[in-house]
Amino acid sequence: MTEVGPAAFMGLAAVLFTLGLYGAVARKSAVMVLMSLELMAVAVNLNMVALSRFVTPTEMTGQYFAIFTMVVSAAEIGLGLALVLAIYRQTRSVELSAFDSLKG
Amino acid sequence: MSETVNGVTFIILAFASIIGAIGMLTTRNIVHASFWLLEVMVAVGGLYLLLSAEFLAVVQILVYAGAVSVLLLFVIMLTLRRREDSVRPVEISIGGGVLAAVFGTVIYVAIAQYGDRVAEMPDVAPGVAELGELLFTRWALPFEVASLVLLVALVGAVWWSKEEDR
Repeated sequence: MTEVGPAAFMGLAAVLFTLGLYGAVARKSAVMVLMSLELMAVAVNLNMVALSRFVTPTEMTGQYFAIFTMVVSAAEIGLGLALVLAIYRQTRSVELSAFDSLKG
Repeated sequence: MSETVNGVTFIILAFASIIGAIGMLTTRNIVHASFWLLEVMVAVGGLYLLLSAEFLAVVQILVYAGAVSVLLLFVIMLTLRRREDSVRPVEISIGGGVLAAVFGTVIYVAIAQYGDRVAEMPDVAPGVAELGELLFTRWALPFEVASLVLLVALVGAVWWSKEEDR
């Protein structure tokens, strides 16, 4: 049976974060950008939980950090989607290129 | 003999999450993308179980797979009312690709250099009871602040998304 060390978890988290970073930059729909942000948050959480299991198994510091990250990212997705809805009412679009009312 | 993570299970879950992430980025339909994201979340929840973080696995399924994807589907269906609105052309961003490639390379080098500092998985894995006890003693203040953050976000989301008076 192969053993899996912390490096494998860090590598997986890095792949997920990189994909999320690409999605947040490349996609033009506000909802897709928010989904990519969630993907990045999940990658960070996975890193913290894995390292907490390997480094501080009794204190579980990483698990608490992951809990608070989840709280923040849940608040972020709620506020972000409410913002998308509010802007949709004004511009009838969820394209990021339509959100240009602050453009000089 | 120290505890180990089962390699086969890890590889299955890792592939499931990576395929989900790639599917989310390459699909042309936003509704499909949100289901791919759901798959990533469930696979990561399984990885938490492998790391004996049972409480986080349950919260992951409840919050991300349950609440966040339903919220995403709600907003998609409120904003993209016709079926063809949710199907979009494939968007390829060279700048985004370069940025992600540079970032991925840097992280890869860092992991290759320092990733094997901790190799052994310790035997001790406290359960949910210990997690809850520590959460309400040592982490009590951050816990209360987090609930305040959630309350403010809830009120703000309701206030932002309400219909304005006409």
